[in-house]
Amino acid sequence: MNSLQVAFADGMTIAKRNALKIRRAPDLLGGVIMLPVVFVLLFTYVFGSMIELPGLSYAEYMLPGIFVMTITSSAQITGYTLTQDLQKGIFDRFRTLPMSPSAVLTGQTVSDLIMNVTSIVTMALVGLLVGWRIHSSPLEALLGFGLLLLFAYAFSWVTATVALALRTPEIFNNIATLVSLPLVFLSNAFVDSTRLPGPLQAVAEWNPVSTFIQAARVLFGNASSALPAPSAWPLRHAVPVSLLWSVVLLAVFVPLATRLYKRAVSR
Amino acid sequence: MPAAITAEGLVKKYGDVVALDGMELTVPEGTVFGLLGPNGAGKTTTVRILTTLLTPDAGHATVAGFDVVRDARRLRAHIGASGQYAAVDDHLTGAENLEMVGRLYHLGVKRSRQRARDLLDRFDLTEAADRPVQGYSGGMRRRLDLAGALVATPPVLFLDEPTTGLDPRARASLWEVIAELVADGTTVLLTTQYMEEADRLADRIAVVDHGRVIALGTADQLKDQVGGDRIELSVTSAADLETARRMLAPLAVGDMQLDPTALQVTIPVIGGAAALTSALGHLAAERIAVRDAGLRRPTLDDVFLTLTGHETDETSKETVR
Repeated sequence: MNSLQVAFADGMTIAKRNALKIRRAPDLLGGVIMLPVVFVLLFTYVFGSMIELPGLSYAEYMLPGIFVMTITSSAQITGYTLTQDLQKGIFDRFRTLPMSPSAVLTGQTVSDLIMNVTSIVTMALVGLLVGWRIHSSPLEALLGFGLLLLFAYAFSWVTATVALALRTPEIFNNIATLVSLPLVFLSNAFVDSTRLPGPLQAVAEWNPVSTFIQAARVLFGNASSALPAPSAWPLRHAVPVSLLWSVVLLAVFVPLATRLYKRAVSR
Repeated sequence: MPAAITAEGLVKKYGDVVALDGMELTVPEGTVFGLLGPNGAGKTTTVRILTTLLTPDAGHATVAGFDVVRDARRLRAHIGASGQYAAVDDHLTGAENLEMVGRLYHLGVKRSRQRARDLLDRFDLTEAADRPVQGYSGGMRRRLDLAGALVATPPVLFLDEPTTGLDPRARASLWEVIAELVADGTTVLLTTQYMEEADRLADRIAVVDHGRVIALGTADQLKDQVGGDRIELSVTSAADLETARRMLAPLAVGDMQLDPTALQVTIPVIGGAAALTSALGHLAAERIAVRDAGLRRPTLDDVFLTLTGHETDETSKETVR
Protein backbone atom coordinates (compact mmCIF):
# COMPACT_ATOMS: atom_id res chain seq x y z
CA MET A 1 0.00 0.00 0.00
CA ASN A 2 1.27 3.47 -0.78
CA SER A 3 0.89 6.26 1.75
CA LEU A 4 -2.28 7.64 0.14
CA GLN A 5 -3.96 4.24 0.32
CA VAL A 6 -2.82 3.88 3.92
CA ALA A 7 -4.23 7.31 4.75
CA PHE A 8 -7.54 6.36 3.12
CA ALA A 9 -7.77 2.95 4.83
CA ASP A 10 -6.90 4.46 8.23
CA GLY A 11 -9.42 7.26 7.72
CA MET A 12 -12.11 4.67 7.02
CA THR A 13 -11.15 2.69 10.15
CA ILE A 14 -11.53 5.82 12.27
CA ALA A 15 -14.78 6.75 10.49
CA LYS A 16 -16.18 3.31 11.30
CA ARG A 17 -15.22 3.77 14.93
CA ASN A 18 -17.05 7.09 15.07
CA ALA A 19 -20.10 5.71 13.30
CA LEU A 20 -20.32 2.92 15.90
CA LYS A 21 -20.02 5.55 18.60
CA ILE A 22 -22.86 7.65 17.22
CA ARG A 23 -25.07 4.57 17.01
CA ARG A 24 -24.48 3.80 20.68
CA ALA A 25 -24.40 7.26 22.22
CA PRO A 26 -27.97 8.45 22.86
CA ASP A 27 -26.93 12.11 23.14
CA LEU A 28 -25.34 12.09 19.70
CA LEU A 29 -28.16 10.08 18.16
CA GLY A 30 -30.62 12.63 19.53
CA GLY A 31 -28.73 15.32 17.66
CA VAL A 32 -28.86 13.33 14.44
CA ILE A 33 -32.51 12.23 14.39
CA MET A 34 -34.50 14.10 17.02
CA LEU A 35 -33.16 17.60 16.53
CA PRO A 36 -33.98 17.71 12.78
CA VAL A 37 -37.50 16.39 13.40
CA VAL A 38 -38.12 18.89 16.19
CA PHE A 39 -36.71 21.76 14.12
CA VAL A 40 -38.86 21.00 11.08
CA LEU A 41 -42.07 20.58 13.10
CA LEU A 42 -41.47 23.49 15.46
CA PHE A 43 -40.50 26.04 12.87
CA THR A 44 -43.07 25.14 10.24
CA TYR A 45 -45.96 25.03 12.71
CA VAL A 46 -44.99 27.98 14.92
CA PHE A 47 -43.75 30.39 12.24
CA GLY A 48 -45.74 28.81 9.45
CA SER A 49 -48.99 29.66 11.20
CA MET A 50 -48.06 33.32 11.53
CA ILE A 51 -46.37 34.11 8.27
CA GLU A 52 -47.98 34.19 4.87
CA LEU A 53 -45.94 34.24 1.70
CA PRO A 54 -47.30 35.13 -1.72
CA GLY A 55 -47.27 32.22 -4.14
CA LEU A 56 -45.61 29.68 -1.87
CA SER A 57 -46.33 27.87 1.38
CA TYR A 58 -44.14 28.98 4.22
CA ALA A 59 -43.02 25.38 4.76
CA GLU A 60 -41.60 25.31 1.27
CA TYR A 61 -39.83 28.60 1.73
CA MET A 62 -38.42 27.69 5.10
CA LEU A 63 -37.32 24.09 4.73
CA PRO A 64 -34.04 24.90 2.92
CA GLY A 65 -33.30 27.26 5.83
CA ILE A 66 -33.99 24.50 8.34
CA PHE A 67 -31.75 22.13 6.36
CA VAL A 68 -28.85 24.53 6.62
CA MET A 69 -29.56 25.46 10.24
CA THR A 70 -29.62 21.82 11.30
CA ILE A 71 -26.38 21.18 9.44
CA THR A 72 -24.61 24.04 11.24
CA SER A 73 -25.75 22.52 14.50
CA SER A 74 -25.01 18.84 13.76
CA ALA A 75 -21.62 19.69 12.25
CA GLN A 76 -20.72 20.79 15.76
CA ILE A 77 -20.67 17.13 16.72
CA THR A 78 -17.31 16.94 14.92
CA GLY A 79 -15.82 19.56 17.19
CA TYR A 80 -17.53 18.26 20.30
CA THR A 81 -16.32 14.69 19.74
CA LEU A 82 -12.77 15.91 19.15
CA THR A 83 -12.71 17.87 22.41
CA GLN A 84 -13.99 14.81 24.25
CA ASP A 85 -11.39 12.55 22.70
CA LEU A 86 -8.67 15.09 23.53
CA GLN A 87 -9.48 14.68 27.19
CA LYS A 88 -9.10 10.92 27.08
CA GLY A 89 -6.00 8.95 26.22
CA ILE A 90 -7.30 7.71 22.88
CA PHE A 91 -5.27 10.11 20.71
CA ASP A 92 -2.13 8.96 22.51
CA ARG A 93 -2.95 5.42 21.55
CA PHE A 94 -3.53 6.44 17.93
CA ARG A 95 -0.26 8.32 17.84
CA THR A 96 1.78 5.34 19.01
CA LEU A 97 0.34 3.31 16.12
CA PRO A 98 1.93 3.23 12.67
CA MET A 99 -1.19 4.84 11.21
CA SER A 100 -1.54 7.91 9.02
CA PRO A 101 -1.71 10.96 11.32
CA SER A 102 -4.25 12.68 9.08
CA ALA A 103 -6.68 9.77 9.51
CA VAL A 104 -8.02 11.03 12.84
CA LEU A 105 -9.47 14.19 11.32
CA THR A 106 -10.54 12.75 7.97
CA GLY A 107 -12.15 9.80 9.75
CA GLN A 108 -13.99 12.09 12.10
CA THR A 109 -15.30 14.41 9.38
CA VAL A 110 -16.27 11.54 7.08
CA SER A 111 -18.30 9.80 9.80
CA ASP A 112 -20.01 13.10 10.58
CA LEU A 113 -20.85 13.41 6.90
CA ILE A 114 -22.58 10.02 7.04
CA MET A 115 -24.42 11.27 10.09
CA ASN A 116 -25.48 14.39 8.21
CA VAL A 117 -26.83 12.25 5.36
CA THR A 118 -29.06 10.57 7.96
CA SER A 119 -30.23 13.86 9.37
CA ILE A 120 -30.91 15.44 5.96
CA VAL A 121 -32.90 12.39 4.85
CA THR A 122 -34.87 12.60 8.10
CA MET A 123 -35.60 16.28 7.56
CA ALA A 124 -36.59 15.78 3.93
CA LEU A 125 -39.05 13.03 4.90
CA VAL A 126 -40.58 15.04 7.75
CA GLY A 127 -40.57 18.07 5.42
CA LEU A 128 -42.58 16.17 2.82
CA LEU A 129 -45.10 15.30 5.53
CA VAL A 130 -45.61 18.95 6.48
CA GLY A 131 -46.01 20.18 2.92
CA TRP A 132 -42.53 20.77 1.54
CA ARG A 133 -42.26 19.91 -2.17
CA ILE A 134 -39.44 19.82 -4.69
CA HIS A 135 -40.40 21.75 -7.81
CA SER A 136 -37.20 21.28 -9.79
CA SER A 137 -35.82 18.52 -12.00
CA PRO A 138 -34.42 15.38 -10.28
CA LEU A 139 -30.92 16.41 -11.35
CA GLU A 140 -31.27 19.83 -9.75
CA ALA A 141 -32.72 18.29 -6.59
CA LEU A 142 -29.80 15.87 -6.43
CA LEU A 143 -27.42 18.78 -6.86
CA GLY A 144 -29.26 20.53 -4.03
CA PHE A 145 -28.68 17.62 -1.64
CA GLY A 146 -25.09 17.36 -2.82
CA LEU A 147 -24.50 21.01 -2.07
CA LEU A 148 -25.99 20.64 1.43
CA LEU A 149 -23.62 17.75 2.12
CA LEU A 150 -20.67 19.71 0.80
CA PHE A 151 -21.60 22.51 3.18
CA ALA A 152 -21.93 19.98 6.01
CA TYR A 153 -18.49 18.55 5.30
CA ALA A 154 -16.81 21.96 5.04
CA PHE A 155 -18.53 23.18 8.20
CA SER A 156 -17.33 20.07 10.09
CA TRP A 157 -13.77 21.22 9.44
CA VAL A 158 -14.65 24.67 10.75
CA THR A 159 -15.99 23.24 14.03
CA ALA A 160 -12.97 20.88 14.21
CA THR A 161 -10.65 23.88 13.99
CA VAL A 162 -12.52 25.78 16.70
CA ALA A 163 -12.60 22.69 18.90
CA LEU A 164 -8.88 22.00 18.57
CA ALA A 165 -8.12 25.60 19.46
CA LEU A 166 -10.39 25.58 22.53
CA ARG A 167 -9.81 21.95 23.60
CA THR A 168 -12.48 21.58 26.32
CA PRO A 169 -15.99 20.32 25.52
CA GLU A 170 -17.77 22.87 27.73
CA ILE A 171 -15.98 25.91 26.32
CA PHE A 172 -16.42 24.59 22.81
CA ASN A 173 -20.18 24.15 23.29
CA ASN A 174 -20.62 27.67 24.61
CA ILE A 175 -18.60 29.32 21.88
CA ALA A 176 -20.15 27.21 19.13
CA THR A 177 -23.69 28.16 20.19
CA LEU A 178 -22.69 31.78 20.56
CA VAL A 179 -21.31 31.88 17.03
CA SER A 180 -23.77 29.65 15.18
CA LEU A 181 -26.99 31.24 16.48
CA PRO A 182 -26.38 34.70 14.96
CA LEU A 183 -24.90 33.03 11.88
CA VAL A 184 -28.23 31.30 11.27
CA PHE A 185 -30.61 34.01 12.45
CA LEU A 186 -28.82 36.86 10.69
CA SER A 187 -29.57 35.18 7.40
CA ASN A 188 -32.45 34.64 5.03
CA ALA A 189 -33.38 31.35 6.78
CA PHE A 190 -36.68 32.51 8.26
CA VAL A 191 -37.24 36.00 6.92
CA ASP A 192 -36.90 37.66 3.58
CA SER A 193 -33.59 39.48 3.91
CA THR A 194 -34.75 42.40 1.75
CA ARG A 195 -37.16 43.38 4.52
CA LEU A 196 -34.42 43.73 7.17
CA PRO A 197 -33.16 47.21 8.18
CA GLY A 198 -30.08 48.49 6.27
CA PRO A 199 -26.97 47.18 8.07
CA LEU A 200 -28.64 43.91 9.06
CA GLN A 201 -29.71 43.43 5.48
CA ALA A 202 -26.13 43.78 4.30
CA VAL A 203 -24.93 41.28 6.90
CA ALA A 204 -27.70 38.82 6.07
CA GLU A 205 -27.12 39.06 2.33
CA TRP A 206 -23.39 38.52 2.51
CA ASN A 207 -23.63 35.85 5.22
CA PRO A 208 -22.43 32.61 3.60
CA VAL A 209 -25.26 30.76 5.35
CA SER A 210 -27.71 32.85 3.30
CA THR A 211 -25.89 31.92 0.11
CA PHE A 212 -26.24 28.20 0.86
CA ILE A 213 -29.91 28.61 1.78
CA GLN A 214 -30.61 30.58 -1.37
CA ALA A 215 -28.74 27.98 -3.45
CA ALA A 216 -30.85 25.21 -1.88
CA ARG A 217 -34.04 27.19 -2.60
CA VAL A 218 -33.02 27.62 -6.21
CA LEU A 219 -32.06 23.97 -6.67
CA PHE A 220 -35.20 22.62 -4.99
CA GLY A 221 -37.43 25.16 -6.73
CA ASN A 222 -38.49 26.71 -3.42
CA ALA A 223 -37.74 30.33 -4.35
CA SER A 224 -40.95 32.30 -4.61
CA SER A 225 -41.39 34.16 -7.88
CA ALA A 226 -43.77 36.53 -6.14
CA LEU A 227 -41.08 37.72 -3.70
CA PRO A 228 -38.67 40.42 -4.85
CA ALA A 229 -35.51 38.77 -6.20
CA PRO A 230 -32.49 39.30 -3.94
CA SER A 231 -30.26 42.03 -5.28
CA ALA A 232 -27.00 41.18 -3.47
CA TRP A 233 -24.37 39.61 -5.69
CA PRO A 234 -23.81 36.36 -3.70
CA LEU A 235 -27.55 35.70 -3.64
CA ARG A 236 -28.01 36.34 -7.34
CA HIS A 237 -25.36 33.71 -8.08
CA ALA A 238 -26.08 31.51 -5.07
CA VAL A 239 -25.17 28.12 -6.57
CA PRO A 240 -21.69 28.96 -7.92
CA VAL A 241 -20.92 31.22 -4.94
CA SER A 242 -21.82 28.52 -2.44
CA LEU A 243 -19.57 26.10 -4.31
CA LEU A 244 -16.84 28.71 -4.07
CA TRP A 245 -17.51 29.13 -0.35
CA SER A 246 -17.17 25.37 0.17
CA VAL A 247 -13.82 25.32 -1.60
CA VAL A 248 -12.59 28.32 0.39
CA LEU A 249 -13.74 26.88 3.73
CA LEU A 250 -12.02 23.58 3.00
CA ALA A 251 -8.85 25.24 1.73
CA VAL A 252 -8.56 27.32 4.89
CA PHE A 253 -9.82 24.99 7.59
CA VAL A 254 -8.41 21.60 6.56
CA PRO A 255 -4.77 22.73 6.93
CA LEU A 256 -5.61 24.86 9.96
CA ALA A 257 -7.34 22.02 11.79
CA THR A 258 -4.49 19.66 10.90
CA ARG A 259 -1.94 22.06 12.36
CA LEU A 260 -3.96 22.65 15.51
CA TYR A 261 -4.43 18.90 15.93
CA LYS A 262 -0.67 18.36 15.89
CA ARG A 263 -0.22 21.13 18.42
CA ALA A 264 -3.04 19.92 20.65
CA VAL A 265 -1.81 16.34 20.92
CA SER A 266 1.93 16.91 21.25
CA ARG A 267 1.89 18.69 24.57
CA MET B 1 22.78 -8.65 24.25
CA PRO B 2 21.86 -5.74 21.98
CA ALA B 3 19.94 -2.86 23.57
CA ALA B 4 16.24 -2.60 22.80
CA ILE B 5 16.00 0.89 24.25
CA THR B 6 18.69 3.53 24.65
CA ALA B 7 18.39 7.10 25.82
CA GLU B 8 21.21 9.61 26.12
CA GLY B 9 21.03 12.98 27.73
CA LEU B 10 17.29 13.50 27.22
CA VAL B 11 16.13 16.97 28.19
CA LYS B 12 12.55 18.24 28.13
CA LYS B 13 11.36 21.55 29.50
CA TYR B 14 7.87 22.95 29.86
CA GLY B 15 8.49 26.67 30.26
CA ASP B 16 10.51 26.94 33.45
CA VAL B 17 9.73 23.44 34.61
CA VAL B 18 12.46 20.97 33.77
CA ALA B 19 10.75 17.62 33.30
CA LEU B 20 13.81 15.75 32.09
CA ASP B 21 17.33 16.79 32.96
CA GLY B 22 19.72 14.44 31.20
CA MET B 23 17.86 11.16 31.37
CA GLU B 24 20.02 8.16 30.47
CA LEU B 25 19.03 4.56 30.16
CA THR B 26 19.86 1.33 28.37
CA VAL B 27 17.53 -1.64 28.31
CA PRO B 28 18.91 -4.94 26.95
CA GLU B 29 16.57 -7.02 24.78
CA GLY B 30 14.22 -9.36 26.59
CA THR B 31 14.54 -7.69 29.99
CA VAL B 32 12.20 -5.68 32.16
CA PHE B 33 13.39 -2.26 33.12
CA GLY B 34 11.63 -0.37 35.88
CA LEU B 35 11.55 3.41 36.15
CA LEU B 36 10.76 4.14 39.74
CA GLY B 37 10.00 7.55 41.13
CA PRO B 38 7.39 9.87 42.56
CA ASN B 39 4.86 11.92 40.61
CA GLY B 40 6.60 14.56 38.55
CA ALA B 41 9.94 12.76 38.53
CA GLY B 42 9.90 12.52 34.73
CA LYS B 43 8.82 8.91 34.24
CA THR B 44 5.86 9.65 31.99
CA THR B 45 7.77 12.28 30.01
CA THR B 46 10.47 9.67 29.34
CA VAL B 47 7.89 7.17 28.11
CA ARG B 48 6.17 9.79 25.95
CA ILE B 49 9.47 10.60 24.25
CA LEU B 50 10.36 6.94 23.74
CA THR B 51 6.92 6.22 22.25
CA THR B 52 7.24 9.22 19.85
CA LEU B 53 4.47 11.24 21.50
CA LEU B 54 6.87 14.02 22.47
CA THR B 55 10.04 15.40 20.91
CA PRO B 56 12.94 15.92 23.31
CA ASP B 57 14.56 19.36 23.56
CA ALA B 58 18.00 17.74 23.65
CA GLY B 59 19.60 14.29 23.62
CA HIS B 60 18.57 11.28 21.57
CA ALA B 61 17.02 7.91 21.99
CA THR B 62 16.47 4.72 20.03
CA VAL B 63 13.89 1.97 20.35
CA ALA B 64 14.27 -1.34 18.52
CA GLY B 65 17.09 0.30 16.56
CA PHE B 66 15.01 3.26 15.33
CA ASP B 67 15.64 6.86 16.30
CA VAL B 68 12.60 8.20 18.17
CA VAL B 69 12.59 11.45 16.22
CA ARG B 70 13.96 10.64 12.76
CA ASP B 71 12.38 7.19 12.32
CA ALA B 72 9.26 7.83 14.42
CA ARG B 73 6.83 6.45 11.87
CA ARG B 74 8.69 3.16 11.31
CA LEU B 75 9.45 2.79 14.99
CA ARG B 76 5.74 2.72 15.84
CA ALA B 77 5.29 -0.61 14.06
CA HIS B 78 7.65 -2.17 16.65
CA ILE B 79 6.24 -0.90 19.92
CA GLY B 80 3.16 -1.23 22.03
CA ALA B 81 2.19 1.28 24.67
CA SER B 82 -0.25 1.15 27.51
CA GLY B 83 -0.77 4.18 29.68
CA GLN B 84 -2.07 5.14 33.05
CA TYR B 85 -5.16 6.66 31.42
CA ALA B 86 -6.56 3.55 29.80
CA ALA B 87 -6.83 4.52 26.13
CA VAL B 88 -9.93 2.60 25.17
CA ASP B 89 -13.14 3.75 23.56
CA ASP B 90 -16.14 3.69 25.90
CA HIS B 91 -18.80 3.26 23.24
CA LEU B 92 -17.01 0.45 21.41
CA THR B 93 -17.06 -3.13 22.62
CA GLY B 94 -13.85 -4.79 23.79
CA ALA B 95 -13.62 -6.71 20.51
CA GLU B 96 -14.25 -3.60 18.39
CA ASN B 97 -11.58 -1.69 20.28
CA LEU B 98 -8.95 -4.35 19.60
CA GLU B 99 -10.02 -4.87 15.98
CA MET B 100 -9.69 -1.14 15.36
CA VAL B 101 -6.15 -1.18 16.75
CA GLY B 102 -5.32 -4.18 14.54
CA ARG B 103 -6.61 -2.37 11.47
CA LEU B 104 -4.50 0.67 12.36
CA TYR B 105 -1.42 -1.60 12.61
CA HIS B 106 -2.48 -2.67 9.10
CA LEU B 107 -2.94 -6.32 10.00
CA GLY B 108 -5.94 -6.64 7.66
CA VAL B 109 -9.54 -7.49 8.53
CA LYS B 110 -9.19 -11.22 9.14
CA ARG B 111 -6.02 -11.12 11.18
CA SER B 112 -7.26 -8.14 13.22
CA ARG B 113 -10.42 -10.03 14.12
CA GLN B 114 -8.54 -13.23 14.98
CA ARG B 115 -5.97 -11.36 17.04
CA ALA B 116 -8.70 -9.50 18.93
CA ARG B 117 -10.40 -12.79 19.88
CA ASP B 118 -7.10 -14.37 20.95
CA LEU B 119 -6.18 -11.44 23.16
CA LEU B 120 -9.64 -11.23 24.72
CA ASP B 121 -9.32 -14.92 25.61
CA ARG B 122 -5.89 -14.47 27.04
CA PHE B 123 -6.93 -11.50 29.16
CA ASP B 124 -10.02 -13.19 30.47
CA LEU B 125 -12.36 -10.81 28.68
CA THR B 126 -14.15 -13.27 26.41
CA GLU B 127 -17.46 -12.90 28.21
CA ALA B 128 -17.31 -9.12 28.04
CA ALA B 129 -15.98 -9.09 24.45
CA ASP B 130 -19.20 -7.86 22.85
CA ARG B 131 -20.22 -5.42 25.54
CA PRO B 132 -19.41 -1.70 25.28
CA VAL B 133 -16.38 -0.81 27.38
CA GLN B 134 -18.50 1.71 29.31
CA GLY B 135 -19.62 -1.09 31.61
CA TYR B 136 -16.15 -2.50 32.28
CA SER B 137 -14.49 -2.31 35.70
CA GLY B 138 -11.21 -0.45 36.16
CA GLY B 139 -9.24 -3.68 36.07
CA MET B 140 -10.97 -4.87 32.89
CA ARG B 141 -10.24 -1.56 31.15
CA ARG B 142 -6.57 -1.82 32.04
CA ARG B 143 -6.43 -5.37 30.75
CA LEU B 144 -8.10 -4.28 27.52
CA ASP B 145 -5.71 -1.35 27.21
CA LEU B 146 -2.76 -3.68 27.72
CA ALA B 147 -4.25 -6.09 25.16
CA GLY B 148 -4.40 -3.14 22.74
CA ALA B 149 -0.67 -2.63 23.19
CA LEU B 150 -0.06 -6.29 22.29
CA VAL B 151 -2.15 -6.50 19.12
CA ALA B 152 0.84 -6.40 16.78
CA THR B 153 3.01 -8.59 19.09
CA PRO B 154 5.55 -5.78 19.40
CA PRO B 155 9.07 -6.66 20.56
CA VAL B 156 9.19 -3.61 22.87
CA LEU B 157 6.44 -2.70 25.28
CA PHE B 158 5.97 0.47 27.31
CA LEU B 159 3.79 0.30 30.40
CA ASP B 160 3.22 3.62 32.10
CA GLU B 161 2.02 2.99 35.65
CA PRO B 162 0.00 -0.02 34.54
CA THR B 163 -1.58 -0.73 37.91
CA THR B 164 -2.06 2.76 39.38
CA GLY B 165 -5.51 3.03 40.87
CA LEU B 166 -6.28 -0.69 40.71
CA ASP B 167 -7.40 -2.77 43.67
CA PRO B 168 -4.92 -5.37 44.95
CA ARG B 169 -6.61 -8.28 43.21
CA ALA B 170 -6.72 -6.56 39.81
CA ARG B 171 -3.12 -5.53 40.34
CA ALA B 172 -1.99 -9.08 41.10
CA SER B 173 -3.74 -10.41 38.00
CA LEU B 174 -2.15 -7.75 35.81
CA TRP B 175 1.25 -8.62 37.27
CA GLU B 176 0.75 -12.22 36.24
CA VAL B 177 -0.01 -11.19 32.68
CA ILE B 178 3.06 -8.96 32.51
CA ALA B 179 5.24 -11.73 33.90
CA GLU B 180 3.99 -14.06 31.13
CA LEU B 181 4.84 -11.53 28.45
CA VAL B 182 8.33 -11.22 29.72
CA ALA B 183 8.70 -14.98 29.69
CA ASP B 184 7.91 -14.77 25.95
CA GLY B 185 10.92 -12.52 25.41
CA THR B 186 9.27 -9.12 25.14
CA THR B 187 11.36 -6.16 26.28
CA VAL B 188 9.40 -4.10 28.77
CA LEU B 189 9.92 -0.61 30.09
CA LEU B 190 7.71 -0.10 33.09
CA THR B 191 7.14 2.99 35.17
CA THR B 192 5.75 2.74 38.65
CA GLN B 193 5.39 4.51 41.95
CA TYR B 194 5.10 1.18 43.72
CA MET B 195 8.25 -0.35 45.12
CA GLU B 196 6.59 -3.71 45.33
CA GLU B 197 5.76 -3.62 41.65
CA ALA B 198 9.31 -2.76 40.55
CA ASP B 199 10.70 -5.37 42.96
CA ARG B 200 8.39 -8.01 41.61
CA LEU B 201 8.60 -7.35 37.87
CA ALA B 202 11.79 -5.53 36.95
CA ASP B 203 15.18 -7.08 36.25
CA ARG B 204 16.78 -3.71 36.67
CA ILE B 205 15.50 -0.57 38.28
CA ALA B 206 16.39 3.06 37.72
CA VAL B 207 15.40 5.36 40.53
CA VAL B 208 14.32 8.65 38.96
CA ASP B 209 14.04 12.01 40.64
CA HIS B 210 13.89 15.51 39.15
CA GLY B 211 14.23 14.23 35.60
CA ARG B 212 17.32 12.10 35.96
CA VAL B 213 18.45 8.67 37.11
CA ILE B 214 19.84 8.84 40.63
CA ALA B 215 20.47 5.13 41.16
CA LEU B 216 20.53 2.06 38.97
CA GLY B 217 20.72 -1.64 39.63
CA THR B 218 18.81 -4.78 40.49
CA ALA B 219 16.41 -4.58 43.41
CA ASP B 220 18.97 -6.36 45.62
CA GLN B 221 21.84 -4.11 44.53
CA LEU B 222 19.78 -1.05 45.36
CA LYS B 223 18.88 -2.46 48.74
CA ASP B 224 22.54 -3.20 49.41
CA GLN B 225 23.40 0.41 48.62
CA VAL B 226 21.33 1.38 51.61
CA GLY B 227 23.12 -1.23 53.64
CA GLY B 228 22.25 -3.46 56.58
CA ASP B 229 18.93 -4.50 58.00
CA ARG B 230 16.12 -2.61 59.61
CA ILE B 231 14.83 -3.09 63.13
CA GLU B 232 11.20 -2.14 63.51
CA LEU B 233 9.90 -1.68 67.02
CA SER B 234 6.57 -0.47 68.26
CA VAL B 235 5.92 0.67 71.81
CA THR B 236 2.82 1.59 73.77
CA SER B 237 3.15 5.33 74.46
CA ALA B 238 4.60 8.48 72.94
CA ALA B 239 6.90 8.94 75.97
CA ASP B 240 8.25 5.42 75.48
CA LEU B 241 8.82 6.15 71.80
CA GLU B 242 11.04 9.11 72.70
CA THR B 243 12.98 7.08 75.27
CA ALA B 244 13.38 4.22 72.81
CA ARG B 245 14.74 6.59 70.21
CA ARG B 246 17.30 7.94 72.67
CA MET B 247 18.31 4.48 73.94
CA LEU B 248 18.72 2.93 70.51
CA ALA B 249 20.46 5.80 68.74
CA PRO B 250 23.93 4.30 69.33
CA LEU B 251 22.91 1.15 67.40
CA ALA B 252 21.79 3.04 64.30
CA VAL B 253 24.10 3.20 61.27
CA GLY B 254 21.93 5.75 59.49
CA ASP B 255 18.93 7.99 60.05
CA MET B 256 16.27 6.53 62.32
CA GLN B 257 12.63 7.01 61.37
CA LEU B 258 9.92 7.71 63.91
CA ASP B 259 6.26 7.16 63.22
CA PRO B 260 4.40 8.90 66.06
CA THR B 261 0.97 7.61 65.01
CA ALA B 262 1.98 3.97 64.84
CA LEU B 263 4.35 4.51 67.80
CA GLN B 264 6.98 2.83 65.70
CA VAL B 265 10.69 3.40 65.32
CA THR B 266 12.78 2.05 62.44
CA ILE B 267 16.52 1.73 63.00
CA PRO B 268 19.04 0.84 60.30
CA VAL B 269 21.53 -1.59 61.85
CA ILE B 270 24.41 -3.87 61.03
CA GLY B 271 24.56 -7.29 62.56
CA GLY B 272 20.97 -8.36 62.22
CA ALA B 273 19.76 -10.65 64.99
CA ALA B 274 22.48 -9.65 67.45
CA ALA B 275 21.51 -6.00 67.07
CA LEU B 276 17.87 -6.87 67.65
CA THR B 277 18.72 -8.82 70.84
CA SER B 278 20.77 -5.95 72.15
CA ALA B 279 18.06 -3.42 71.30
CA LEU B 280 15.47 -5.46 73.18
CA GLY B 281 17.91 -5.75 76.11
CA HIS B 282 18.30 -1.97 76.29
CA LEU B 283 14.57 -1.43 76.27
CA ALA B 284 13.92 -4.12 78.92
CA ALA B 285 16.47 -2.42 81.18
CA GLU B 286 14.43 0.79 80.93
CA ARG B 287 11.18 -1.16 81.48
CA ILE B 288 9.75 -0.06 78.14
CA ALA B 289 6.96 -2.36 76.99
CA VAL B 290 7.55 -3.49 73.42
CA ARG B 291 4.37 -4.30 71.52
CA ASP B 292 6.03 -5.66 68.44
CA ALA B 293 9.60 -6.09 67.26
CA GLY B 294 11.09 -7.37 64.04
CA LEU B 295 14.02 -7.46 61.73
CA ARG B 296 13.70 -6.97 57.97
CA ARG B 297 15.69 -6.36 54.81
CA PRO B 298 15.53 -2.79 53.54
CA THR B 299 12.69 -2.20 51.10
CA LEU B 300 12.90 -0.05 48.02
CA ASP B 301 11.02 2.56 50.06
CA ASP B 302 14.07 2.73 52.31
CA VAL B 303 16.25 2.98 49.22
CA PHE B 304 14.21 5.83 47.92
CA LEU B 305 14.16 7.67 51.18
CA THR B 306 17.89 7.33 51.59
CA LEU B 307 18.69 8.39 48.04
CA THR B 308 16.36 11.35 47.68
CA GLY B 309 15.71 12.45 51.23
CA HIS B 310 11.97 12.40 50.58
CA GLU B 311 9.29 9.75 50.56
CA THR B 312 7.93 8.23 47.36
CA ASP B 313 4.28 8.76 48.07
CA GLU B 314 4.57 12.46 48.76
CA THR B 315 2.11 14.43 46.73
CA SER B 316 4.31 16.40 44.41
CA LYS B 317 3.34 20.02 43.96
CA GLU B 318 3.73 20.00 40.23
CA THR B 319 2.78 16.99 38.24
CA VAL B 320 4.57 17.05 34.94
CA ARG B 321 3.20 14.88 32.19
